[in-house]
Amino acid sequence: MIAFLLRRLGVLIPTFIGITLLVFALIRLIPGDPVEAMSGERGMEASRHAELLKEFGLDRPLPVQYADYVYKAVKGDLGRSIVTQEPVMREFLDRFPATFELALCAIIFAVVIGIPAGILAAFKRNSVIDYGVMSVSLAGYSMPIFWWALLLILFFSVQLGWTPVSGRIAIEYDPQVVTGMMLVDTLLEGDFEAFRSALSHLILPTIALGTIPLATLARMTRSAMLEVLGEDYVRAARARGLSPLRVVGRHALRNALIPVITVIGLQVGTLLAGAILTETIFSWPGIGKWMVEAIHRRDYPVVQGGILMTATIVILVNLIVDVCYGIVNPRIRH
Amino acid sequence: MTNSSDNTAVADPGTLSPLNPLNPITPPSPLAELWRDFRRNRGALLGLALVLVFVFLAVFANWVAPYSPIEQYREAILVPPAWAEGGRMQFLLGTDPVGRDMLSRLIYGTRLSLLIGLVSIGLSMSLGIVLGLTAAYRGGKTDIAIMRCMDVLMALPSLLLAVAVIAILGPGLINAMYAIAIVQLPSFVRLTRAAALGELSRDYVTASRIAGAGPLRLMFIAVLPNCLAPLIVQATLGFSTAILDAAALGFLGLGAQPPTPEWGTMLSSALEFIQSAWWVVSLPGIAILLAVLAFNLMGDGLRDALDPKLKR
Repeated sequence: MIAFLLRRLGVLIPTFIGITLLVFALIRLIPGDPVEAMSGERGMEASRHAELLKEFGLDRPLPVQYADYVYKAVKGDLGRSIVTQEPVMREFLDRFPATFELALCAIIFAVVIGIPAGILAAFKRNSVIDYGVMSVSLAGYSMPIFWWALLLILFFSVQLGWTPVSGRIAIEYDPQVVTGMMLVDTLLEGDFEAFRSALSHLILPTIALGTIPLATLARMTRSAMLEVLGEDYVRAARARGLSPLRVVGRHALRNALIPVITVIGLQVGTLLAGAILTETIFSWPGIGKWMVEAIHRRDYPVVQGGILMTATIVILVNLIVDVCYGIVNPRIRH
Repeated sequence: MTNSSDNTAVADPGTLSPLNPLNPITPPSPLAELWRDFRRNRGALLGLALVLVFVFLAVFANWVAPYSPIEQYREAILVPPAWAEGGRMQFLLGTDPVGRDMLSRLIYGTRLSLLIGLVSIGLSMSLGIVLGLTAAYRGGKTDIAIMRCMDVLMALPSLLLAVAVIAILGPGLINAMYAIAIVQLPSFVRLTRAAALGELSRDYVTASRIAGAGPLRLMFIAVLPNCLAPLIVQATLGFSTAILDAAALGFLGLGAQPPTPEWGTMLSSALEFIQSAWWVVSLPGIAILLAVLAFNLMGDGLRDALDPKLKR
């Protein structure tokens, strides 16, 4: 097990170095001068230009700049935003709980609906239910989620007036920030009205963000389940006269869920990418919206920091999934 | 008898060869067999039909579209579709906030979306094949270097990577194509490498090597044709992702810029009218959904037809 872990870490380090190189190169690949790109000024005086180069540390040799960048990044210093002058790390940490809360709800939504739907489809193979589940999941898989989100707003918020259009909580509530997650913070304060408000703000973004993972999970669960249902031990269980429910529940499901769990882990990347769109549409103050705004404002330190942090999260989650998979399925370790 | 050379790929030449007088049955050519398996899948056929419609619209947009996609009819702003109240027959799907014909814009948008898919997948696939074959052929350090680079690209969620590339290159339609090509690159490299590694140990490759084939001939003429099946499937499925990502970038203002009739861009520039004029937001979305769905259906059908494991 230790060897397996070390091997995984060994693959991970070059990937991480590659990401820092990519992020480091980002600002230097922009056409033109990074100083001009960042300050937004053109045709500035030569002395001011040299001063800024020195201030950003851009007058040093590239390897030194890179070493400095990585050294600072490891210590948690990602530079300062050009627009707000705040440390990028702090801005990230302020916004991350919002994205985390949304992504967590979305994945719960996807798991709670997607896995049972996939099991049902596999169990009732080639029935109306199967075709129904597969058609809906194919549509969900092909859905442009920014459009889907707009349809949801149009129907539930504008037509029916059931849910708010955007934001995280109604303006009259201002819960103390403890975890940064509105649902938890409002509960900690014991303010159920605020909790309900936060929950109603979460529903539509959750559905929008969870749709693609939901469709993927339903498809994956169905095919994993079908594969397992064809195995000898399932046939043996059937032959022993066990009820279909027991065969599926005790024998098939456990084995079918192993690949499904891996897929859930892999959805983290999809969720963080989807958050860029979902957050922009629902004005959700998370890292996706933060990064899109940073690109429009040419706030490069924020873009760099955001990409680095998101990639790090994806890599770590994949590592955790890999390790869990190794624990559940010892064959993979070798 | 005409395609006997193709048959050797699917049939054992000893028993089923059409040249064998004891066995006059000609096995179907690989293409005919593919079509036979593909045809069984109704969803795949529907996908293919939709793709053909989209291709037709894209190619003949100049003739099919009733108006120019950028011509503004000032007297006809936000006219609803013909069947809705207040609609006019001359604008079948209504007009947008500056009086452009929605139908014409959607038709020209088809051309753009297919072009984006074609260019980005073409770029990504050709570069992916070269890198994948190089990794498989050279092995060792070259292999490790290429695959580690791909790992880096894979660690970034697709849209985030596209956004990062756009951050470097700047927003625009052409840059969006590059961004999407880079996003899709790892899957082509990995598929090519895996398939080529499987083929490299086969006898025919050894035979070709002994016959004196150089690395280029060996990889591109002997090995590559036998690796194409998974690549074709990936290209079809990647096409749908490309359309979706291009629309998403357009929507975020990072892809095609107005007044280009790109579906995602159309959608985002009409956002403020979402409550008053449903058609300006709904119709581009339906177009995106249908196009993505069509390529996904076709890709799934192709995969099932090409995957020998699923064949009876």
